[in-house]
Amino acid sequence: MRQLDLAESKRPVSPLSEPLEPLLTNDVAIPESGGTAAIRNPSEEAVFRLADVGVWYGNKHAISEISMSIPLKRVTALIGPSGCGKSTLLRCLNRMNDLIPGAQVEGSVEYHGADIYGRDVDPVEVRRRIGMVFQKPNPFPKSIHENVVFGAKVNGIRGDMGEICETALRQAALWDEVKNDLRKSGLALSGGQQQRLCIARALAVQPEVILMDEPCSALDPIATLKIEDLIRELVQNYTIIIVTHNMQQAARVSDYTAFMLAEEHGVNAHLIEYGPTTEIFTNPRDKRTEDYITGRFG
Amino acid sequence: MTRAVFERQLNEVQEDMLVMASMVESAITHSMEALKNRDVALAQRIIDNDQKINQKRYDAEEKCIELISLQAPLASDLRTIISVLHITVDLERMADHAEGNAKIAIMLADEPPMKPYVDIPRMAEMAIKMMDGALESYRTRDTQRARQIIAADDAVDSLHEQVYRELLLLMIEDPRVIQRATYLMWVAHNLERIADRVTNICERVVYLVEGRIHDLNVSKY
Repeated sequence: MRQLDLAESKRPVSPLSEPLEPLLTNDVAIPESGGTAAIRNPSEEAVFRLADVGVWYGNKHAISEISMSIPLKRVTALIGPSGCGKSTLLRCLNRMNDLIPGAQVEGSVEYHGADIYGRDVDPVEVRRRIGMVFQKPNPFPKSIHENVVFGAKVNGIRGDMGEICETALRQAALWDEVKNDLRKSGLALSGGQQQRLCIARALAVQPEVILMDEPCSALDPIATLKIEDLIRELVQNYTIIIVTHNMQQAARVSDYTAFMLAEEHGVNAHLIEYGPTTEIFTNPRDKRTEDYITGRFG
Repeated sequence: MTRAVFERQLNEVQEDMLVMASMVESAITHSMEALKNRDVALAQRIIDNDQKINQKRYDAEEKCIELISLQAPLASDLRTIISVLHITVDLERMADHAEGNAKIAIMLADEPPMKPYVDIPRMAEMAIKMMDGALESYRTRDTQRARQIIAADDAVDSLHEQVYRELLLLMIEDPRVIQRATYLMWVAHNLERIADRVTNICERVVYLVEGRIHDLNVSKY
């Protein structure tokens, strides 16, 4: 297992336009389709390949030995009880853990075959390609238009900002509701609209992957269903990885589901089962998955 | 987090199904007695009771729908409810076959006997034995047993074929028995269908335990 040096700022940074390809690759074996009985990696083209990924917070081993591949243009749901490391694992995928003091990532996270923790990799570029939407909608205190194009401007994306804004808002299924109010503050929107605004903001920087950390937990049921519909629309063009506490939501929106469980709250979480969502929810192979999804856990 | 209320409801719906199964089994047994003993009153009771069995099926269906809509069951809980939904439909149809035989028993009660009933009661015995085994395999979640019972259906099919041939010969020999023989062909057919329905129950046991839906009754008949 490889301990990574996390002093990112000291690493040489790749130019923004450079692809991530010419980076070191690890030869850590990931089980292909099939794998162990409970870990059934998709046979489809992978965006991410994780091998023995673990995260330490100080001297606490939060998650360990996660090996899985995450398929392209599919929704993958991460489920498990609170403190099982779902969000920690999600944050490994775009190096958001780098921002947490004392966090250390081990193992390898390959994105299209390139290690995103490689020495030449710019974490900002990683986060542009792998966008994120958080639990609570967090629009900037700016206009709707400014919110959407903010990331695009910061990332040096050129083009007609009006067009970029409209495209992103249309993709986020928000355009029709706000097209006449683009100068209105993003904070004036409803919770569900704010979350779709945040999704539009993530889309405007043209990512390939969108990570969603409980994107509906602060929303009402109608707004939740709108986001779920949106996820199914977006997956035609994007890879989506979603952390959710709501198992029905995981069942409704995802193609693949990964179930994680910690030895105790926040300590030594493992991937217990991974496979097609229909199988996980109708016929899980591991008793711990069964106990969790049938509500008999603990 | 446990789900005591849900667990109790899930057990109740399965117990109701097993009560329904015992009503169906008794309808099958009594329909044979009514036929053999020309017992019109018993046959009529079976016909009247069929309504109660039908009602049991609708009650089970309602409870299952309620559990699905209110409790959002998953994994083995979901498979249990789906199995109960299917099995109660099969049981209800088995009761219809028994009711059909009771109606034939009434029609044959005033007719002169053709020959002693031997193979038809044997078919009924075999079907009931299969049914007992299927329900036991459900209770114990024993897929091996369920598969053995499915394999035993061939013997019922074989006996059905034999009864059919014999009755055909009797009709050829003496056209006056055509009506009675045709009724008995229906009785044998109903018993054969009952045994087929038992194999459906066994398939549901396999689904319940293994989570796979197969057609396991690949008969040579």
